[in-house]
Amino acid sequence: MSTTKINLDNKTVCYHCGDECVNGRVNFAEKDFCCNGCKSVYEILNENDLCTYYNLNDRPGLAQKIEIRKDKFQFLDNPDIRKKLIQFTNGKQTQITLYLPQIHCSSCLWLLENLHTLNEGVTSATVNFPKKEVFIVFDEGKTTLRGVVETLTRIGYEPHLSLNEISSGHAHRIDRTRWYKIGLAGFCFGNIMMMSFADYLSSSYAIESQISLFFKVLSILLSLPVLFYSASEFFVSAWAGLKNKYLNIDLPVALALVITFTRSVYEITAGSGNGYLDSLSGIVFFMLVGRWLQSRTYQTISFDRDYKSFFPIALNVVKDGVIKPTEISNVKINDVIQIHANEIIPVDAILSKGNAEIDYSFVSGESLPVKIQIGEMIYAGGKQLDGLLELVVVKEVSQSYLTNLWNNPIFNKKEVVRKSNYDTIGKYFTYAVLAIGFGAGMFWYVQGETRLMWNAITTVLIVACPCALLLSQNYTNGNLLRIFGLNKFYLRSPDIIEKLSRINHIVLDKTGTLTQNDGSNVRYSGKVLTPEIKTWVASLTHHSSHPASKLVSDFLNLNELITVTDFKETEGQGIEGWINEHHIKVGSAAFVGGEYFKERKGSKVIFAIDGAVQGEFTINNKYRFGVTRLIESLKQKYSLSLISGDNDTELNNIEELLGKDSEVLFNQSPQEKLNYIRKLQSNNELEVMMVGDGLNDAGALKQSAIGVAVADSTNNFTPSSDCIIDASRLTMLDTFLKFAKEGRKIILFSFTVSAIYNVIGLYFAVQGVLSPVIAAILMPSSSITIISLTYGLTELAARKYHLKENITQ
Amino acid sequence: MSVIIILILVSICIAGAFLLAFFWSVKDGQFDDVKSPAERILFNNNKINNK
Repeated sequence: MSTTKINLDNKTVCYHCGDECVNGRVNFAEKDFCCNGCKSVYEILNENDLCTYYNLNDRPGLAQKIEIRKDKFQFLDNPDIRKKLIQFTNGKQTQITLYLPQIHCSSCLWLLENLHTLNEGVTSATVNFPKKEVFIVFDEGKTTLRGVVETLTRIGYEPHLSLNEISSGHAHRIDRTRWYKIGLAGFCFGNIMMMSFADYLSSSYAIESQISLFFKVLSILLSLPVLFYSASEFFVSAWAGLKNKYLNIDLPVALALVITFTRSVYEITAGSGNGYLDSLSGIVFFMLVGRWLQSRTYQTISFDRDYKSFFPIALNVVKDGVIKPTEISNVKINDVIQIHANEIIPVDAILSKGNAEIDYSFVSGESLPVKIQIGEMIYAGGKQLDGLLELVVVKEVSQSYLTNLWNNPIFNKKEVVRKSNYDTIGKYFTYAVLAIGFGAGMFWYVQGETRLMWNAITTVLIVACPCALLLSQNYTNGNLLRIFGLNKFYLRSPDIIEKLSRINHIVLDKTGTLTQNDGSNVRYSGKVLTPEIKTWVASLTHHSSHPASKLVSDFLNLNELITVTDFKETEGQGIEGWINEHHIKVGSAAFVGGEYFKERKGSKVIFAIDGAVQGEFTINNKYRFGVTRLIESLKQKYSLSLISGDNDTELNNIEELLGKDSEVLFNQSPQEKLNYIRKLQSNNELEVMMVGDGLNDAGALKQSAIGVAVADSTNNFTPSSDCIIDASRLTMLDTFLKFAKEGRKIILFSFTVSAIYNVIGLYFAVQGVLSPVIAAILMPSSSITIISLTYGLTELAARKYHLKENITQ
Repeated sequence: MSVIIILILVSICIAGAFLLAFFWSVKDGQFDDVKSPAERILFNNNKINNK
């Protein structure tokens, strides 16, 4: 085996994480690493004979470019915090479940389950792969919680510890009742079916009446758990609907189940027939399987996150020169807190010390980092980019600018009854069935055939049970959800599919949704940049820590710089200085005194030498790959608008992209975004879908009919929403919408097919001659037709839209 | 009593035993995480024991 892994382009890639080694590679043990972080992980694994990690998968690691400071997990020594995190302890053995978002391959599983070789205090570690969780049991005598977390961090698996973990507790119990219900229904269905066969065939083979009676009694006994346990959710839901004066589709089902059961019991006790108990238990079984398929949730994905999963658990509070990690809820106004590089600031605070450069892109949508002066306010949710800060708390976490959004009543609104189109169909269905049933009953009553009358009424209700309708809906949605999930588009619940197909207006967010969160594009236009002038500009911008200067420096990418004399920075305007007896100014148009291309708009850095404007650097957002095509495609079917919390420097690009008909709004606060959606909705014809990524979109996502959150792998947070789409698949959004529409068509088609079965059944039922044999043939055959039809059609549709390609499981 | 009745009772008891076994496996959490065990089995031989 070769020790250095080289890919086809002859670029050196990191042995640990597989990233290209760009900024000078680190060589260790004849292997190349992209950074010291990756190297040190390798060292640790190598020392402990854990290199199987690298043999199980090719380059299984994740880049370790961001260094983690030594005392980051000091807060885990705080007994109060520790108590809230751990699940169980008896003083010696402690159990904890940690969420490790980095888990992605079998190597991870192997390494984590061998954690005891790295930290001898660990007794056992068990990985739950789909949930990305590890359950660790450790010995308090040999290590501490902090020790365990630090061991994990050293090998590149830093646990995700946020305020959410300690405020919600570990109350996620798994609901397994559906398994029991399905198992029981299947068991009873099989046995009742077996015994019913004897009766169906009894015309040709005489069976002893004693045996026949035994079979019937046993059938009744077996159908009891099906009706009272397995089918209980239909009754509960129908009752809930009735209480809210609302006819849902579960009502006719519940009605049919009760009538089928009572009539069967009556027939059997009266000795007049065999009953329909096999059909009853069969349909319950098929419907439960359908519901199970439809409700298979995505375990790793949480749709109900709020700011809490974004905020840290503790802050370093400085008191009398002593740094003490303090739980966030205990941080009070006027406390002095320390914030390190790449950390989130969870409170509103005033800067008292340090060089603050705050990235607000996630909370406000501003794409460029903001420089904050000492004495100025920093709002909660910002992320410090580089260096240590000291801040004075002005507002506590629960009162801050950002968290206030969650006090909006919309976040406490709970939907009482879910209404869907199918429920409306169900309503008419119920009326129609009742009408037919009683119509047939009346007919036979007038004819003087009372026996046939009861027969007709009950069998109509039995046959017309909308089970087939439910089945087609459940099985189609179940498969659609599965296909969406394979394509990294996750829906909170199946009725979202139907809502997706009714959308006619789409509101987009800019920062983080259409554009990438990391990096901007810098373009130069102006007079030719000679190497000399390039050096001058770079030397000047090098002295400024303003984000725009930094971007220009990175763009020019020069290492050899020359001295600048009389350097002066005018805050928010620009910088100037003397180089080789030339006066150079870099900054805004007002500062430099002119523009190179007046007509060109955007975020600009202009430079002038000795008062003459030479050229300008335009800073553009980096749009996601394929966004142009996506917008083009969406424009044809939907009206669009864009609301952004950022400034309007991108206006030209956006207008070009969206066209003149779309509304484009900039500088929107989270509340204004919410209000905008509400305003759109006051026009009743608009079904609004909001696509956004940040905390500032949280209100708008909640307010709209469908909120789609864009999830970037770089942060583990998505605001509360109905759908989550992986950023890499955002450009497939138009396809997903088409596919959802196709799904609706498939459901309607199989509705029609199932209606044909119902009509056949009704034909016999209204004549009062529906025998259990006919029911026993119709029921399974219609169910199986529906199941195979919906499955086949959804798979075909998925092929049509190429949703079966590039699937990563 | 016909022998068929005994046969049916026995067969239902056996099927019931399987149903209980299924309930047991559900309660034990076998269906909670169906992915990790599938991965785990591949490298059981590589497990490091230094206890």
